[in-house]
Amino acid sequence: MLETKGHPNRLGLWGWLGGGRWGVERYLYTLHRVTGLGLLAYFLLHIVVTSSRALGQGPWQSAMASVSGPLFKLGEYLVFLAFAFHAVNGIRLGLIELGFAVGPPIEPVYPYRTSLDTQRPLAIAALLVAAVLVVMGTLNFWVLE
Amino acid sequence: MMRDQKLWTWHLAAGVVILFLLGLHMTVMHLDSVVHFAGLNPAGGHPIDWSNVVARAKGAGMTVSYVLLLGAALFHGLYGLRNILFELNPARWLRGAVSVVLLLGGLALFAYGTWAAVASFNLAKLASGR
Repeated sequence: MLETKGHPNRLGLWGWLGGGRWGVERYLYTLHRVTGLGLLAYFLLHIVVTSSRALGQGPWQSAMASVSGPLFKLGEYLVFLAFAFHAVNGIRLGLIELGFAVGPPIEPVYPYRTSLDTQRPLAIAALLVAAVLVVMGTLNFWVLE
Repeated sequence: MMRDQKLWTWHLAAGVVILFLLGLHMTVMHLDSVVHFAGLNPAGGHPIDWSNVVARAKGAGMTVSYVLLLGAALFHGLYGLRNILFELNPARWLRGAVSVVLLLGGLALFAYGTWAAVASFNLAKLASGR
């Protein structure tokens, strides 16, 4: 966890939900957290529901029947969308965290270049890859299946 | 290395494991009509059909990957949740309580999920007569 260094988040929930006039990456951060929380909630229930396979065919089929229907299908689709975004954005965050996507240190000579010149194209590329996954998932969920 | 730095490094490492294993899981379960992995849905039909569940469960590699994914995803998710909660600036005693609850809850779910993976492996072996 990042230390707050004596400047705690006094804004509470709004402190990480709202990005104000920060760039699009700040909103990707918020979306990363929201999708992460959604995936976690689903995953905890998923462990319990899918464990019914250990009890045999009957319990498995009744567990699957209890989570079927259009509402659950929509929920699963949203989970897939959250996964597509969270996974690809996670790769982007990992690359930045490890220093691969911030660019080399340079002299501050006008016109100034910032690490955003490297990070923004990466963010756009990540969103495009996520969009491809979303299209594939949408086809699978609603057209081909 | 400080304790939180170590945990954060594990958080990133778990993310890489999840990326591969959950990516594979999502491909098998939710991209099966677009991407065909015949070996992972050997019985044909829908990925959650009982025949496919048994066919996948009897593979030791699949069982190990389930347990690995379970552990990595629980750690990644619960540690991420802990970070989010800590940023809301709770009192020191509440931080300790949150950590203990998440740790115990995570361990309990890991034990339960591991039992399910191993029991399904044994059940699938019995069902296939080996």
